[in-house]
Amino acid sequence: MPHLVSIDNVDMRYGGVNGTLAVSGLTMKVDKGEFAAVVGPSGCGKSTLMKLVTGLHIPQSGVVIVAGSQVTEPVSIVGMAFQNPTMLPWRTTLDNILLPLEIVEKHRHRLRAHKKEYVEKAEHLLETVGLKGFGSKFPWQLSGGMQQRANLCRALIHEPELLMLDEPFGALDAFTREELWCVIRDLHAAQGVTIILVTHDLREATFLADRIFVMSARPGRVLKEHVVPFARPRDLDVMYEKGFNDMVHELHGEIASARVVA
Amino acid sequence: MSAVTENTASSAAPARPLLARVNWTSLAPWLYTLGLFVLWELLVMALDMPPTILPAPTRVFEAIMQYWSPIWKNSLQTLYTTTVGFAIAVAAGLALGLFVGWSKTIYAGLYPLMIGFNVIPKVALVPILVIWFGIGAVPAVLTAFLISFFPIVVNVATGLATIEPETEDVLRALGAKKMDIMLKVGIPRSMPYFFGSLKIAITLAFVGSVVSETVASNYGLGYMMSSAQSQFNVPLVFAGLLALAVEGIAMYALMAWIEMRMTGWAHRSSMSH
Ligand SMILES: Nc1ncnc2c1ncn2[C@@H]1O[C@H](COP(=O)(O)OP(=O)(O)OP(=O)(O)O)[C@@H](O)[C@H]1O
Ligand SMILES: [Mg+2]
Repeated sequence: MPHLVSIDNVDMRYGGVNGTLAVSGLTMKVDKGEFAAVVGPSGCGKSTLMKLVTGLHIPQSGVVIVAGSQVTEPVSIVGMAFQNPTMLPWRTTLDNILLPLEIVEKHRHRLRAHKKEYVEKAEHLLETVGLKGFGSKFPWQLSGGMQQRANLCRALIHEPELLMLDEPFGALDAFTREELWCVIRDLHAAQGVTIILVTHDLREATFLADRIFVMSARPGRVLKEHVVPFARPRDLDVMYEKGFNDMVHELHGEIASARVVA
Repeated sequence: MSAVTENTASSAAPARPLLARVNWTSLAPWLYTLGLFVLWELLVMALDMPPTILPAPTRVFEAIMQYWSPIWKNSLQTLYTTTVGFAIAVAAGLALGLFVGWSKTIYAGLYPLMIGFNVIPKVALVPILVIWFGIGAVPAVLTAFLISFFPIVVNVATGLATIEPETEDVLRALGAKKMDIMLKVGIPRSMPYFFGSLKIAITLAFVGSVVSETVASNYGLGYMMSSAQSQFNVPLVFAGLLALAVEGIAMYALMAWIEMRMTGWAHRSSMSH
């Protein structure tokens, strides 16, 4: 089976020939429908990896292939969400969520004529993440956790095949975070979307992912690949099992030694 | 807000004295203005100032009554040149601001030029404008325009240039072109900066038109004040100043109101400048 995302021996350097080498010899593959997590020391090139996959940066050497074709410009089959929700304050939450449809080639010409259908879809998504009835509120009337939920809706509205999440829950409190883990888990199960999640939270990675990539310190490359063995659907209680803690412990050790090597 | 609380409080206790029912916050500007005039009057009385140096406010109001017709006519003239100059500045400033903010290269290339242009005292340009256009309304309009358009350009360009890179990434990853990003994010985002700059710009526009009228015109408050000064009619000079202050405050308030109406979201959201 071909991989949805395939990164092969990629080097990416910022700022010209003598600039920062962010990732080097990076190789990883993600299957269709898979939930992958990327963990590693701070500054190792995780966000760079995100930008390589989405085509925001083109590597100096090596090949990035997404959905069967080499990435040479931004690929529009992805949805992205960052730690900072970046909702536009002059648009209502609903209009913020509809924003990608005004951009993506496939939808922008249909939007006006099929507005009702799209609004229904957005409202359905809002309901899925627990924001039913908040569409008409402005983002600054929502709490940080609520904005992050809306951010997820915006990343999903155009039905991307690939969802890229860069520390989306980093700024949230522990309870909201766990709640959103379950939201993401259910979205993944229901929609069959492929997800790549960058995180610093090893429990988050272990709870959500099918496969975890551990990266080295900068210049980043994949040190180790773990397959997470726990059966789906996973309940939050899985985090209290011994196997779970062992895995988190092992990841922790690997990242700690990756930092020391640097 | 305070008016509402005052009202509910007074309906709950109808017997409260008159003084407690007054909304002092909204009255304060008027009271302070009145206080300033009273102080001024007292100072003139105490120091026994001759009206040719510092006329008392009562004397100035007398002059306003006496010269009502020329003051009114010249005020309208100044308001006219200022507003026309300001309107051109808004159109040109918005256009140039969008152009400058469009790309980092244009921003980098034009910014030093604009700074250089802006440090030239605009009054130094008036003689050139007179050579080109003769004396009268045209140099006044142009000076008002030249002096007031810079803050508009800088503000609009800043609004465009400070788009969060993450917002841009999210949109670019969806296949957005530069134009999409400008229309969906850049321009709406720079609107609070733009409307905020109007308050500064209108104030500067008055400076420009009055300076130009003072040295190169036969109309307007600037001309009226300079000719009154040459006849030692100091109360009329001060009457002209008062007329300018009234016009300035009125236009400023109008700009502040427009800003509030157009970009109220920016005041309530965390995005502020
Ligand atoms: N736009 C840029 N220009 C120059 N250097 C950059 C740029 N973006 C990132 N870098 C450098 O590339 C390296 C990797 O950055 P990246 O943002 O990918 O790290 P990260 O793993 O996401 O870090 P964190 O975990 O702190 O978010 C860093 O050393 C950083 O200094
Ligand atoms: Mg990062």
